[in-house]
Amino acid sequence: MSFLPFAVAAWLFVAGLYGVVSSRNLIRTILSLTVVQSATYVLLLGVGYRHGGRAPIFADIPQVSTAVDPVVQVLVLVDIVVEATVTALLLALAVQAHKRFGSLDPNDLRTLRD
Amino acid sequence: MHITALPFAVPLMAAALLVAVRHWSPRLVNDAVAAGVGVAVVAMLGILLARSIHAPIAYWMGGWRPSHSVTIGISFSIDPIGAGMAAFCAVLVTSALVYSWRYFEGADGLFHALMLIFMAAMVGFCLTGDVFNLVVFFELMGAVAYALTAYKIEERGPIQGAINFAISNSVGAYAIFVGIGLLYARTGALNMAQIGAALDGHHADALVIVAMALIFIGFLTKAAVIPVHFWLADAHAVAPTPVCVLFSGVMVELGIYAIARLYWTVFAGPLAAHAEELRAILIAFGTATALWGAVMCFAQRHIKRLLAFSTISHMGMFLCGIGLLSAHALAGVAVYVVGHGLTKGALFMLCGVLLHRFGTIDEQDLHGRGRILRFAGVLFAIGGLLLAAIPAVTVFFGKSLLDGAALEGRYPWLPAVFVISSMFTGGAVLRVAGGVFAGWGRPWAGGAAEQVAPAREEYDEEGISRDRTPPLMIIVPAVLLAAAILIGLIPGAVPGIERAASHFHDHAAYVGWVLRGGRPGFAPAATTHVEAYDYLYAAGATIGALALAGLALFGRPLRRRLPAMLLRPLVAAVGGLRELHSGHIGDYIAWWTAGAALLGGSSLMLLT
Repeated sequence: MSFLPFAVAAWLFVAGLYGVVSSRNLIRTILSLTVVQSATYVLLLGVGYRHGGRAPIFADIPQVSTAVDPVVQVLVLVDIVVEATVTALLLALAVQAHKRFGSLDPNDLRTLRD
Repeated sequence: MHITALPFAVPLMAAALLVAVRHWSPRLVNDAVAAGVGVAVVAMLGILLARSIHAPIAYWMGGWRPSHSVTIGISFSIDPIGAGMAAFCAVLVTSALVYSWRYFEGADGLFHALMLIFMAAMVGFCLTGDVFNLVVFFELMGAVAYALTAYKIEERGPIQGAINFAISNSVGAYAIFVGIGLLYARTGALNMAQIGAALDGHHADALVIVAMALIFIGFLTKAAVIPVHFWLADAHAVAPTPVCVLFSGVMVELGIYAIARLYWTVFAGPLAAHAEELRAILIAFGTATALWGAVMCFAQRHIKRLLAFSTISHMGMFLCGIGLLSAHALAGVAVYVVGHGLTKGALFMLCGVLLHRFGTIDEQDLHGRGRILRFAGVLFAIGGLLLAAIPAVTVFFGKSLLDGAALEGRYPWLPAVFVISSMFTGGAVLRVAGGVFAGWGRPWAGGAAEQVAPAREEYDEEGISRDRTPPLMIIVPAVLLAAAILIGLIPGAVPGIERAASHFHDHAAYVGWVLRGGRPGFAPAATTHVEAYDYLYAAGATIGALALAGLALFGRPLRRRLPAMLLRPLVAAVGGLRELHSGHIGDYIAWWTAGAALLGGSSLMLLT
C-alpha cells in the first residue's frame, strides 16, 4: 500500500491547524478548519483503496474484479454532511461577529478573556 | 417489544415536529411537549437500565445480527453504566426544560427542539456500540451545543464563546475521525467489540498507539482537560443557564465516558502489557487539570465562569479516576459524576436566578444584594458544601471509592490532589454564597476587570431586573440538590454501581455478549466499604473549603500582613495562568496542537 495518501492526510491536518492558529480573519479560520477535515477524507479514502479496484457498484455488472471498500466512502459522505452543518453554523456566527464586533479579526474579539 | 432505539428516535421526531409547527404552537404546548418527551425518555431508559442490569442488551439495527462473530450491522450495546449515563442525561435535560419554563420570555419551539436533539445525541452516544456512530453522535451533540451556546445571537459574548467552542471541538472530532480511520485500516471493523476482538492478542504497535492518542485527545477536548480545555470557560460563561446545566452536568463528562468505554472495549487487550505507563500518562493529565481548574476557579469573579473552572477541576479528578484503570475507580467516577452533575446543575440554575433578578452575574456587583433571596442562598451554600464532598453525600461515596482505588493502585498522593480540588472548588462557591447571599465581608476586589463587561452584558435583552423569582426556578435546583445528597444513601445504589463498573471493565465478557449474544459470565464483583480515612479526607476538604471561603471574605487584614515576597510570586503565577485564557481561537488551537503532540509523543515513547 502506498504511503502517499497518509502523508497527504497528515500534511493537510497540520497545514489546516497552522491556518487556524495563524489566521487574522475568521473566514480564513473557518476555511482552514475545513482543510483539517479534508485530511479525514483523504485518509479514509486511502484506507479503502484497492489496487485495480473498481467503483463499489454490484448491481447489473458481472462481479469479477475487486472493488474499493464502500464502507469508507459512506463514512466520508457522513463526514461531509457533518462538515456542511458545522461550517454553515460557523459562517453564520462569523456574519454575526462582523455585525457586533465590526471586525473579523480574532484579535478584535475581546469580550471573553481572563 | 423493542424499545431500545426509541429513547433516541422519539426526541428527534418530536424536535422535527416542534420546528414544523413552531409558528402556530403556543408556548405552553412547546413546553408541555418537550417536558413530556423528556419524561417519556427517562421512563424508557429506566426500563432499559433495569433490563440491562438483568443482562446486557445487544440490539442490532434492522436485524443485521453478527454472523459467526463478524458484524455487518450497527449495534446499540447497552450495559448498566451506559444506560445509567443515558438516563442521567435525560433526567438533567428534563429538569433543564422544566426550569426554563419561566426562564426565557421569548423562546419559541426552536429552543425546545434543540434541547431535544441534544438529548437524543447524548442518549445515542451512551448507548451505541459502534465507534463510527459514537463520533457521529459526538458531532451531532457538538453542532447542537454550538447553536445553543449562541442562542442569544445578538450579543457579543455568546458569538465569541460559540466560535471558540465550535472550532476547538471540531478539531477534536476530526482527530477522532482520523483515529477511527486508522483503527478501521488495521481491523476492518467499526464495532467496538469486533475491533477489540481483532486487536486482542496482538502487541500494540505504532499505528494502534497513534490511533489511540488521536481518539483520546479528541474526547479529552470535549472533557476539557488541559491544555485543550480553554473553550469550556468561554462557552459556559455565555451559554443560556439551562444549557450550562447540561454542559457542565453531563456533556463534558461524556468525553470521559467515551475514553473509559473505548479503553475497556478496544485498547485493553493490546495495551495490557503497558497499562502501568498509560496510567501514569492519564493521571499526569488529570492531576494537572484538577489543580489548574481549582486555582482558576478561585480566581474568578464572573460566577458562571467560576463554576466552569470548577467543572474543569472535577474533570481532572474524573480523568485521574478513569486513568487508574480499575473497576473500583471507575465505580467511584460513576458515582461522583452523578453527584457532581446534580450539584453543578443546581448551582447553575441558582446563577440563573441571580441573572433573572439582577441582570448581572458579577460577584462584586452582586455583593450583599442576594440577601433578599434567602432560600436560594441556603441552596447555594449547600451546593458549595456538596462540591467540597462533605461526608455521607453522594459525591463522598464516589470519592471514597476513588481514594481506595488510588491507594490500591500505588498512587497514594492522589487523594491529596482530590482534597485540594474539593477545597478550592467548594471554597469558591461558599465564598460566593457568603458574599452575594449573606453580604459578609467586603466586596471581593480580585479577578480581572475584563470579565466585568460580559458579566453585565449578558442579560441586556431580557430587561434589567425583576421583582420576584418564579417558584419553579427555585424548586428545580432544590430537588436536584436533594437528589445529590440522597442518591448515595439509597441502599444498594453504590454497590450496584460497583457491580456495573466491574462488568463494564470486563473486556472479554463485552466481546462475548455483543458478538455472540446470550448472558455473559461475569466475574463476581467485590464491593468496598467506606474507611475511616475517607471521613478524615472529607473533613479536611470541608474545613479547608470553609477556611478558604472565610479567608477570602474576612481575611483582608491577614492578607495585608503577608510579606510581599510571598504574595507577589503567587499573584504573578495566577496572573500568568489567567493570561493564557486569552479568548483568542488561534491561541487555543496552538495549545490544542501542543496537547495532542504531548499525548501522542508520550504514548509513543512509553507504550510501544
